[in-house]
Amino acid sequence: MSDNNGRYGKYGGRYVPETVMPAVQELEEYYMKLKDDPSFKAEFATYLKEYAGRPSLLYHAKRLTEHYGKANIYLKREDLNHTGSHKINNALGQVLLARRMGKKRVIAETGAGQHGVATATVAALFGMECTVYMGKEDVERQSLNVFRMKLLGATVVSVESGNGTLKDATSEAFRSWVTNIRDTHYVIGSTMGPHPYPMIVRDFQSVIGQEVKEEMQEKLGKLPDYVLACVGGGSNSMGMFYPFHQDKSVQKIGIEPAGKGIETGQHAATLTAGTPGVLHGMMTYLIQDKEGQIIPPYSISAGLDYPGVGPQHAYFKDKGIVKYYSVTDDEAVAAFQRLSQLEGVIPAMESSHALAYLEYLMPHTAPEQNVVVCLSGRGDKDVHMVSKILEGKI
Amino acid sequence: MTRIGDKFKELASLQKKGLIVYITGGCPDMDTTIKAVLAAEKAGADIIEIGIPFSDPMADGPVIQHAATKALERGATVNGILAALKKIREVSAIPVAFMTYFNPIMQHGVAAFVRDAKAAGADGFIVPDLSLEENGEMLTACKEEQLDLVEFVAPTTTANRFPAICQQASGFVYCISNTGVTGAKVVDYSTLAPITENIKKNTAVPVAIGFGISSPAAAKAASQYAEAVIVGSAVMDKLMNSGVQEMAGFIAELRSGLDGE
Repeated sequence: MSDNNGRYGKYGGRYVPETVMPAVQELEEYYMKLKDDPSFKAEFATYLKEYAGRPSLLYHAKRLTEHYGKANIYLKREDLNHTGSHKINNALGQVLLARRMGKKRVIAETGAGQHGVATATVAALFGMECTVYMGKEDVERQSLNVFRMKLLGATVVSVESGNGTLKDATSEAFRSWVTNIRDTHYVIGSTMGPHPYPMIVRDFQSVIGQEVKEEMQEKLGKLPDYVLACVGGGSNSMGMFYPFHQDKSVQKIGIEPAGKGIETGQHAATLTAGTPGVLHGMMTYLIQDKEGQIIPPYSISAGLDYPGVGPQHAYFKDKGIVKYYSVTDDEAVAAFQRLSQLEGVIPAMESSHALAYLEYLMPHTAPEQNVVVCLSGRGDKDVHMVSKILEGKI
Repeated sequence: MTRIGDKFKELASLQKKGLIVYITGGCPDMDTTIKAVLAAEKAGADIIEIGIPFSDPMADGPVIQHAATKALERGATVNGILAALKKIREVSAIPVAFMTYFNPIMQHGVAAFVRDAKAAGADGFIVPDLSLEENGEMLTACKEEQLDLVEFVAPTTTANRFPAICQQASGFVYCISNTGVTGAKVVDYSTLAPITENIKKNTAVPVAIGFGISSPAAAKAASQYAEAVIVGSAVMDKLMNSGVQEMAGFIAELRSGLDGE
């Protein structure tokens, strides 16, 4: 899905400076050749299995199910992957691709640090030089991941422009890529950026939804009724939704970060409250003012704190293929605690947004139905921040 | 032909190289922009690029990023910059191209933006993130209003892209001197010779070299391979840190650097 210029309806495209255009065209050419190449597919599958630890488990969360007393809740345990999130799927795919293209160096942007850690990890695995761009604000709130990246041999650049979050890290990674375009592959971490990135990242993450299909078939002999995932740039959610996009019986629900509440203006709920525009090489929904200036987004979750969203999500929203809702910081923190206490699983603050929506969804479900939530990452990285919020309350 | 085309004809007849100067609109305020444009003209600039600031300028280095942030903090808007150009047009006929990113244009409405810019006295547009593949609507609007849409060629541009880029080019072809963002950089301009030759094979539209040029010597060196040079970050650095007069003095130095033997 997407035509030659990478359009999803009117969204997507390649709004990049001429210096970058030949590189994205080269990437597209290589990817189109390699994606069905048996040796590439086998190599990717082997690393996913033996290095990332796939397939990830589909876990029946019995106590969470009992808590709501309605449909069965299953968690897709991407948190159990090596490096602790779904980001490893895409990092492995893209670095293997970069190696086949003869690139010696990779760069990445990161918000919460999960994609940065995943990219630094795979770069270490293959002995490649790696630089990760991270907003100054995120460097402070995700210091554990900064250290992990450095430990893995990567250089972490703290980006001070803008409000020092994922948007600014992405802009800076693009600038660095323009400068080192000949020997460097830019490992974009989400289903965003210029074509072919949204397609490539979607394809590498689709293993999530594919496995859910197989696992549900094996456990229950049918498809789930609902699949839920959080949406920042939109990679774990696209990986979950895309394999189900033609299955009309499966309701696909994406959850965006409402921050302190949509009405406060302090949020990063792009599809809920944004309008179409162009940023970071793609046409998509953006949080922007009437002049087309990007409004600095806000979310408690660094990984969702982005003013845009993958263009295919924009298309899915307009077509009604996926429904998008939002939950606040407070609701996400409550869900973070709930899963920890009911299941002994500490979820990432990003994934906690998807879990928080169960409060709204579950009353409308029936006991014979099945809900799958993508637990996109583990919450160790967020424990320090949450401990400050919950001080004295726990 | 716009004022840009006329200016290149005039430069050719005088056997002079063109000096294109970039000034961010509204940095630090509109009055300064108006003064700076007029002072630049007086100091020897042939064409002015007025930047419409965007919050996330992907192709720009630290100086122009900073200028954009400053302008936006002080409330720069598309309509405010259009109004400033109208004031400039009361006293000056210097060719002006708006340099901005696509999102501010899209939010204004592409056709409306081109129409409003023409009414304000603009001659063309430079939009670095509007690739050949995505510029259809803008190109149509520019043809409709008979304004120029400047196309880019980069050191990474592959041979197969030259004909299409050159065929669409109007005003001038913007030859990016190095792989990188805007801002001072040491560049071996002789490496651009085969690139500008390739452009010339494909179009009669003049070529201007930009990105990294920050001194009279660099301007002179780059001008050997093109009809004009573009200086942005170095000009904005002077304007922001030393004011309009110092900026004009620097432009005069660039002018004599270009004109000298």
